[in-house]
Amino acid sequence: MAVTRPTDRDDAFVTLSGLPVKRVYGPEDLAGFDPERDLGEPGQYPFTRGIHETMYRGRLWTMRQFAGYGTAEETNARFKYLLEQGQTGLSCAFDFPTLLGWDSDSPRAEGEVGRLGVAVDTLADMERLFDGIPLDQVSTSFTINSSAQIILAMYLVVAEKQGVPWDKVRGTVQNDILKEYTAQKTYIYPPKPSLRIITDMFAFCSKHVPNFNTISISGYHIREAGATATQELAFTLADGFTYVEEGIRAGLDVDAFAPRLSFFFDVHNDFFEEIAKFRAARRIWAREMRERFGAKDPRSWKLRFHAQTAGVTLTAQQAENNIVRVALQALAAVLGGAQSLHTNSMDEALALPTEKAVRIALRTQQIIAHETGVTNTVDPLGGSYFVEALTNKLEEGAYEYFRRIDELGGMVAAIEKGFIQREIADASYRYQRAVAAGDVTIVGVNRFQIEEDTPIPLLRVDPELERKQIARLKEVKRTRDNRRVAETLRELKRVASSNENIMPAILECVRAYCTLQEMDDVLREVFGTYEEEAII
Amino acid sequence: MPERPIRVLVAKPGLDSHDRGAKVLARALRDAGMEVIYTGLHRTPEEVVRAAVDEDVDVVCISLLSGAHPVLVPKVVRGLREAGLTETVVLLGGTIPDADIPDMLAAGVAGVFGPGSDIDRIVAFIREKVAEARAGAARA
Repeated sequence: MAVTRPTDRDDAFVTLSGLPVKRVYGPEDLAGFDPERDLGEPGQYPFTRGIHETMYRGRLWTMRQFAGYGTAEETNARFKYLLEQGQTGLSCAFDFPTLLGWDSDSPRAEGEVGRLGVAVDTLADMERLFDGIPLDQVSTSFTINSSAQIILAMYLVVAEKQGVPWDKVRGTVQNDILKEYTAQKTYIYPPKPSLRIITDMFAFCSKHVPNFNTISISGYHIREAGATATQELAFTLADGFTYVEEGIRAGLDVDAFAPRLSFFFDVHNDFFEEIAKFRAARRIWAREMRERFGAKDPRSWKLRFHAQTAGVTLTAQQAENNIVRVALQALAAVLGGAQSLHTNSMDEALALPTEKAVRIALRTQQIIAHETGVTNTVDPLGGSYFVEALTNKLEEGAYEYFRRIDELGGMVAAIEKGFIQREIADASYRYQRAVAAGDVTIVGVNRFQIEEDTPIPLLRVDPELERKQIARLKEVKRTRDNRRVAETLRELKRVASSNENIMPAILECVRAYCTLQEMDDVLREVFGTYEEEAII
Repeated sequence: MPERPIRVLVAKPGLDSHDRGAKVLARALRDAGMEVIYTGLHRTPEEVVRAAVDEDVDVVCISLLSGAHPVLVPKVVRGLREAGLTETVVLLGGTIPDADIPDMLAAGVAGVFGPGSDIDRIVAFIREKVAEARAGAARA
């Protein structure tokens, strides 16, 4: 047989984001490095080494698998399965109609109901979703942005009905609208009114729901849309600064809401670059919060983050290889000091995960936590010449972007001008060309392919579920007090048109079993809708 | 008389908001010398059909990662045929389970290209199918 020589030695030595990597790193790469100023102690400013003194010695990260499909029953069963398997927090995925403010019976929702997440039309669905799950015992993260105010209100009313006081309710709404315009694209309203809703939620929760994270400022989707590690870092933090500015402009004290800001990052293939990214993120955030925004409460300086392994790296070819990719990415998240982690399932390039696939993904985290010993010490890579140099490099790259964004007039202006979208699209296209040219190796895709893949079993979402969900929605509409529905919607319209906090009116609509779309339609009427300029 | 360049509509019907693949494909087809029109996000099947008619395209590339392809793809193809675009080549990309491919082909899709598809292969496929369609139209 012919033996092909490995071509590895022709590789360009660069990180996935294109930063050059030297043969070896030493003291000369850390000229001017001051451990006290640049690292500090774990749990101390600037938190480069981690936000807690003991990190995983004291408490492991939250193992939080993203789940949701079909109707509330299917997702409730998956939630319970994950909790039985040792998962420590919930994370809820919604279908596209819910994300975009359409009810299941809307013509626009046809074919999408319960497909990519759970369908939620009214409080009745939320009640079923958390049936038998006490809300004071579990924290829940919701991937919801444009309708975050509605989903949060539904969750709070479920807590009310369970007799759980709001100060015992823990969790997160993603609520990061700025990255919707640049990456995830589940926007409804234009930026300005969207930001007003978000600051209303900051204000409301700081008073009434003190242990709930009102935003999860997300790099994940920016990265998945094709950005580099540097772009993910820069655009996410720039979004974060914008929310802080908005909160301050709305008259809130920075220390009243900043401790409830949390972050959500991607964890991609380039092991050391990802670890450096997380360390740089903490250092930049701490410095800017203290120096630029004048935050005095140390909790406002701490960048807490959830990480998810990179969906975009999963291959449909030889899908079992994804288990290995996910394990390495998850390890990078842990070495980077994540507070919470979702590991993707091997089958997610093909469909939503099966129970077995999601179990393996969760076990991956448990093996890292309990078998590898990496949790025994804090920031084990701190002080590595390479990791520290890379951390500095990513930080410099982020500040370069901050300068360009400032020149454009800030993040909202940069988004309105299409700058961010174009930067991401360019990076995405460069990467795709590199893959096509074979400059980037993807095992099983452009090298080490095999002829026949053994198919793996996939989760099928039963199309019947759409009909079931619509029938249920009709039932709610038939049995609710429609006069109260009309009254609460009228009040919502009045409040939305004023500058009063929107949350109390939303809560009243939810209690009256108004549908998600009924509420969103009122807000569409008041605020208008956002249409993007299609940039290719 | 020189052949007119191949005109392609890259389409995002339904509520699926994943546009990385659609955008990369649009640029790659443009680099390959084709004229590319992108519908933008959140289009109804009717809007996709109207764009295909208005832009007089040879090819419609539908990108779907939301699992709504069983409903949306047949709607778009039916709409194209009813609008008189009988020769328009329809391609489908995104997260399409293998088990669904026969149904998609039966609905009138010429080819399905999932994650990790080689763009050069898509370009070659489009050229071949458009040549066939044009030859068919010339004979008709």
